[in-house]
Amino acid sequence: MGSTNSTLSKIPNAGDLMQETGFSPAHIVRLYDRYKALDKDKKGHLCPQDFGAIKELAMNPISDRIIGAFFSSGQEVLDFPSFVRILAHFRPVDKNRPKDPNSPEHINSRSNKLKFIFQLYDQDKDGKISRQELLQVLRTMLEKQVTEEQLESIADRTIQEADLDRDDAISFDEFRKNSLWCPSRSIKCRATD
Amino acid sequence: MAPYSQLSFLLTVLLIFGALCVTSKVQIQSSSERQSASSNTGSTGESTSNSSASITTVPIVTWKWHHVETPYLVALWILVCWLCKLMAQLNSKLKSFFPESALLIISGFILGGIVWGADKAQTFKLVPRNFFYFLLPQIILDTGYFMPNKLFFSNLGAILVHAVIGTCWNAAAVGISLWGCYLGGAMGNLQIGLLQFLLFGSLLAAVDPVAVIAVFEEVHVNEVLFIWVFGESLLNDGVTVVLYNVFDAFVSLGGEKINAGEIIKGIVSFFVVAFGGSLIGVVFAILISLLTKYTGKVQIIEAGFIFVLGYLSYLTAEMLSLSAILSVTFCGVCCQKYVNANMDEKSVTAVRYAMKVFANGSETMIFVFLGVTAIDTDIWVWNTGFILLTLLFVLVYRFMGVFFLTWILNRYRLVPIELIDQIVMSFGGLRGAVAYGLAASLDETRIKEKNLMITTTLIVVYFTVILQGLTMKPLVKWLKVKRVSPTELKLIEKVNNRAFEHILAAMEDISGRIGDNWWTRGWKRFEDTYITWFLMKPEARKNRDYLFSIFHKLNLEDAINYVTEAEKRGSLAFLNQTDGTIVNFEKKLRFSGVMPDIMSELDFGNNNVQPTSVIQDTVPSVSLNIHEHEMKRMNEDFNAHHLLQQHLYRSRKNHRHKYSRSNFSINQSEDEVQEIFQRTMRSRLESFKSAKMGVTPAKKITKHPKKDPNHKMSNGKTTDKSKKHPYGDEDFEFSEADSAYSGDGGATGGSSQRRGTYTMGGVENPAFMPEMDTPPPPWVTEAEADTSVAPSQGAQRYLPWSPRNLHRLAPLRISDRSTDSFLMADAPATEESSEESPQQPSQRDGTHM
Repeated sequence: MGSTNSTLSKIPNAGDLMQETGFSPAHIVRLYDRYKALDKDKKGHLCPQDFGAIKELAMNPISDRIIGAFFSSGQEVLDFPSFVRILAHFRPVDKNRPKDPNSPEHINSRSNKLKFIFQLYDQDKDGKISRQELLQVLRTMLEKQVTEEQLESIADRTIQEADLDRDDAISFDEFRKNSLWCPSRSIKCRATD
Repeated sequence: MAPYSQLSFLLTVLLIFGALCVTSKVQIQSSSERQSASSNTGSTGESTSNSSASITTVPIVTWKWHHVETPYLVALWILVCWLCKLMAQLNSKLKSFFPESALLIISGFILGGIVWGADKAQTFKLVPRNFFYFLLPQIILDTGYFMPNKLFFSNLGAILVHAVIGTCWNAAAVGISLWGCYLGGAMGNLQIGLLQFLLFGSLLAAVDPVAVIAVFEEVHVNEVLFIWVFGESLLNDGVTVVLYNVFDAFVSLGGEKINAGEIIKGIVSFFVVAFGGSLIGVVFAILISLLTKYTGKVQIIEAGFIFVLGYLSYLTAEMLSLSAILSVTFCGVCCQKYVNANMDEKSVTAVRYAMKVFANGSETMIFVFLGVTAIDTDIWVWNTGFILLTLLFVLVYRFMGVFFLTWILNRYRLVPIELIDQIVMSFGGLRGAVAYGLAASLDETRIKEKNLMITTTLIVVYFTVILQGLTMKPLVKWLKVKRVSPTELKLIEKVNNRAFEHILAAMEDISGRIGDNWWTRGWKRFEDTYITWFLMKPEARKNRDYLFSIFHKLNLEDAINYVTEAEKRGSLAFLNQTDGTIVNFEKKLRFSGVMPDIMSELDFGNNNVQPTSVIQDTVPSVSLNIHEHEMKRMNEDFNAHHLLQQHLYRSRKNHRHKYSRSNFSINQSEDEVQEIFQRTMRSRLESFKSAKMGVTPAKKITKHPKKDPNHKMSNGKTTDKSKKHPYGDEDFEFSEADSAYSGDGGATGGSSQRRGTYTMGGVENPAFMPEMDTPPPPWVTEAEADTSVAPSQGAQRYLPWSPRNLHRLAPLRISDRSTDSFLMADAPATEESSEESPQQPSQRDGTHM
């Protein structure tokens, strides 16, 4: 396929992308190769079925939602910059990158990561995770032998624990306050050697 | 806890009894040996013939110890060793901080002490011949066979660098440094030269896969590190043996005869032996794969072929003086895929279990005997300088080698191996039985200090396995970032953490697996077209299509549910029409094992026998409900935290280490993966069906923006339930099953892009779809009564879900699903309809038919 030979110069807007996302040139080249490999029909953009063709994703219980997150902006196609931008959410937070107080938050900041997860829950985009939405997520993420009753009780307890303003739903604020996971546990683009 | 302590007490007694048994046998044996030795001069020599010669009357029972002596002792020792393992496993407190291998060695000390106490000499030792011919091969075969292939080959470069260069470096550095110290006078007067030191260094360079895996399995390291250390330790054994042989040849040649030519010969032989061994392994792997294409006829011993041929590959390489370890490694690595595809599922399971039994069994014996061997005054020669310096150099050079090589490799890696990982990797340089075996097979005539070398090797082994193994876990814990203790987490955090892990795994998959480049893709294509054709059964090739087999499974489920539900509703009419279809079942779907069930079911239907009788769970739904209510009440105070902890799907990251030495937890996680995969496929299938069947028009989608995920998931759920008790929400299931068939039928013709075109006033009829060469099964058309075009007999012959069609469908389904869900997500939320689906069967029926 020859896609291994991509160089930075061939990638459109590579400089801007690196600036925006903080990926290194090697990362960008690699992601571009991957992007081209995913785009099986050489149409120049990705569609949901390209993601569906990734075999490993089918073994991910929430793959539907994750794929959906790539196409949340309302188009059926995904170009390379958006692809990189979404992946950039999961770049590890690097300490030596200067944090400019004036610039907007980095794309891989903690709250952006949380927002990404939140969107996976909040399918109707009303800014709240309702009991119903939580139930759906739990259903996909729990094993089969858990009964519906158990699911419901878990969902109730979960909301009860996290719900600060007693509206039986979890807002992003509540969501953020209740998430303590350390942001350092983030994706690394795994490398070839 | 009480039963456990009881059991362990019982075991202790048994163990001591066993040990005493062994020792008493030893005494008998040794005394009889003395006897026979003394009687050797007089009579024929064999004490058995002695006894047979001197009988005066017909004995009723005779004491024939010598008949069974050797096999009896072997069996007894195996039993005792395995009991040791059982003890070690049962003692959970000790196990939590002691690595199992260390426990086994220590119990070996105790056993050895008992034997020595009874016998005043160590009668049992780990003899190199036994070790290399009877204990080692199955362990290596096991590791090769269970090797995570993809990971292994994508990291092969790094592994080879560590295994070849690292090993040579270790051997040379240890040997030369020791020699330097010897010249410096650090170890007194020894009859030992540079070559001997190098030989010693080379045998000490073997990092033991057994010990390493045993320890690494307990500390959870990341994937890359795992395969590096694992692959390195495995290949490095082979390299060590080769290196050892080269130096051994040099030693026997004598120092003065070695010139540049001999050295070049040595280097050449190094590569010939290593690659030749690997080649033998590949040849045998091809043999095995070819053979398993045809062994289906003798299924009962099918599994045995793998072991015999694997063992033969070891022996053949040994015979040709090539590297036997590398041979059997590559034999296992290369044949696994084809063997697993060719053989019956049961045989594969048999191979897996037997492999584990053999490997674990002999591994246990090796460790115990490493302990037993130590209790012997003969081999202990103490030389403080030599021993301590060796320990120091082994440790230091391991660190230096790993750090230096990783530093070089890191320059070519996008993501460098971190310092912590390097330390863990260096610390994982445990020496094991291979080193001892090599040391014990040294030739005493040429190497005067053999016993000192054995002593030192044993000490290095004990030091690394016991001490390093013991400190490994605390070290990893100490090095790693502290974690939030799980008990403090709220439920939402638990779910979040897990979700985040899933997302990360997905992102890694999206951003690309390791080594996904032109070479691997090219190889894959080559393999798919030629090698699989050559080495796999045609059926296996077909079954290998993972998607297809899953779809097949799902469709069967659907069919079973459908028949059940139809029977429930009392409308068996359609079954009378299916005679033609049954023929097609047989013709089209030759799936032994699964198909007969369906067939018999359908036949039952024809004979007006309750089809449900086939389905295992025949508990009436009423009692089922009562049961559920009880469950509910019971679960009211069930700890939700615990439930969540227990049943959240683990991210693939957490169960990636496919190679496990002793546990079959792999299977569990495989089941889990299967379950998820089936769910995904199911949901894609469903959404595809709905896309085909009637939810298709964009108008409707916009009306029910939230329906899709809900719909899918409830589907997944209901089918899950219905698997367990087929009487669950019947109406819904029925409509689904219906649409399943018609959806499939339609799908064959229409493609996803065109689907919007065929919406006719809200009544979607699959039969109207153009290009539909395969109409839905008769019952569907019947259900739709007059609105549909009756399918022709000829068209009926092709079942919509016949394998060929399905196969063609797979990608279509996926694509449709995704577009669909996207459309739905995109649409504005105009109607609160998330509660729609299982509860409103009538409405769903409407949209579907």
